[in-house]
Amino acid sequence: MLLSDLKLFAPELVVAGLLLGVLILALKPRSWSFYASTCLAGLALALVALAALAALPAQSYFSSMVVHDPFALFCRAFFLAATMLAILLTLRSRELCGPGAGEFYLLLLAVLLGMMLLAGSNHLLMVYLSLELVSVPSYLLAGFLKRERASSEASLKYVIYGALSTGVMLYGLSLLYGLSGSGSFEALRRHFSGSSFDPGLVGLALVMALAGFGYKISSAPFHFWAPDVYEGAPTAFTAFLSVGPKAAGFAVLVRFLFSSLTSQPGPTGTLLPLSPWPTLIAILAALTMFVGNIAALVQHNMKRLLAYSSIAHAGYMLMAVCLVSVTGLQAMLFYFIAYAIMNLGVFLVVIVIANATGSEEIATYQGLWVRAPYLVAAMGLFLLSLAGIPPLVGFVGKFYLFKAAIAGQLYWLAVVAVINSAISLYYYVYVLRVMFIDPGGELTPLRPPAVHTAVLAVLVVLTVALGIFYGPLDSITRASAHLLGS
Amino acid sequence: MIGLAHFLTVSALLFAMGVLAILLKRNAIGVLMGIELILNAAGINFVAFSHFLGGLEGQVITLFIIILAAAEAAVALAIVFSIYHNFQTINVDQVDRLKG
Repeated sequence: MLLSDLKLFAPELVVAGLLLGVLILALKPRSWSFYASTCLAGLALALVALAALAALPAQSYFSSMVVHDPFALFCRAFFLAATMLAILLTLRSRELCGPGAGEFYLLLLAVLLGMMLLAGSNHLLMVYLSLELVSVPSYLLAGFLKRERASSEASLKYVIYGALSTGVMLYGLSLLYGLSGSGSFEALRRHFSGSSFDPGLVGLALVMALAGFGYKISSAPFHFWAPDVYEGAPTAFTAFLSVGPKAAGFAVLVRFLFSSLTSQPGPTGTLLPLSPWPTLIAILAALTMFVGNIAALVQHNMKRLLAYSSIAHAGYMLMAVCLVSVTGLQAMLFYFIAYAIMNLGVFLVVIVIANATGSEEIATYQGLWVRAPYLVAAMGLFLLSLAGIPPLVGFVGKFYLFKAAIAGQLYWLAVVAVINSAISLYYYVYVLRVMFIDPGGELTPLRPPAVHTAVLAVLVVLTVALGIFYGPLDSITRASAHLLGS
Repeated sequence: MIGLAHFLTVSALLFAMGVLAILLKRNAIGVLMGIELILNAAGINFVAFSHFLGGLEGQVITLFIIILAAAEAAVALAIVFSIYHNFQTINVDQVDRLKG
């Protein structure tokens, strides 16, 4: 019984084993690239272990605490791949070259383990435990540059906002437990679809629980930590944070809302929400888009601008959650991939530039076109993709989201999203204008190291290729948009 | 007779005090104490519900909460230590280099 369950847990076991291995290796100081290659090899092994699970039917394991289904499988593969890319971003960085390489990768692997557990969480306790496993190492990683004031300030703000949000969430979860008498999602669904319940109390518990999820995905009004943490944290970790933990937050939010607060699919396959949560999420989505995009208009620091841009993108993805449909879920999964590719690309360019100039202020990007034409062209491609310009992958991602919103007859939200895409074009193009048109004093060519060039080339190819040939990704995400029991 | 409502009242008060401490305290340690109050309020809820509804699930969850609260406090205190090292203060209002 337990042994057969362990088979489903194999990828997590590989990651946990790797984590312990790094812990032992870290007894002696070693180089960053040594740990990075060890982690990459270990994570590739975990991907293989995960691929072996693809043929198994959807089921719950560990006494229904965790589930294995196409959705969880997709998310776990995505987290592994995103972490591998983030590890490549840590190489040859100006910030991450001091002592403590082992600790950095150790904490990163702990976050990865938490994210993989979040994707399959099927119990309130699992949700809380895995959310904390993602959060607590993240606080330390944000403050990893402990000699730098910005980094330690970022980690203080992160730990205060994070602990408050998870605390409020936990209080909300305790109310849900009290209402249903059990923490498992099945019991919650049974309770909410059966006897009459107090909608006011459920609403209160739900809003409190949303504080924790909203903080993880940086949705308004729980986003205040994001700009400061993104700016102060080491850039490679910021890139990881904006892709991995954010997607993990979405994964657990979807599972929580779809498995406990939504009815089982009827004969026609339609899902019915058991409380008016889709309206709440729709309002949050609209608010998040506006807050992110409008605040991004006035930013002078590139990392801060990307923080607000990532808040806005959380708003687009929230739009997919409130549709309560398989089409919406598919659009969200597609956007995970699209967003990861283009956002990691932008952050890699920011790292390369900061390695050379020592600054992340947009004003210092002046005239970079002359110094590094290929680099700036790649940056332009990623930024236009983020803005949703065809034929790039960001456009296809947005197209899926808008199409799902219209299919779900949420016309007003689709209009809000289109307006917001237009606003976002302004600040993305503003960065491009600074790099391409504004003259700069410095003329010496800027040559990125080989590893950065190689990763950038792969990301550029993916941004363009997946924007044109999105068929395979379409079928993968369509097959993955199914949760156990809904 | 002490019933479920009494426990819930205590935990609600504890929760409110925790939120107030986070909002009003300027000392980072005081803020962290507020967070502990919120976690313990949730813990009381779980234990009380577990006792009055039957089953042990809530009590097990509370054990996990206590352990994680300790881990979180250790991390938070380490961060406060590094803040003091860099800023020579742990007043959260004076730690405001990042703005905009």
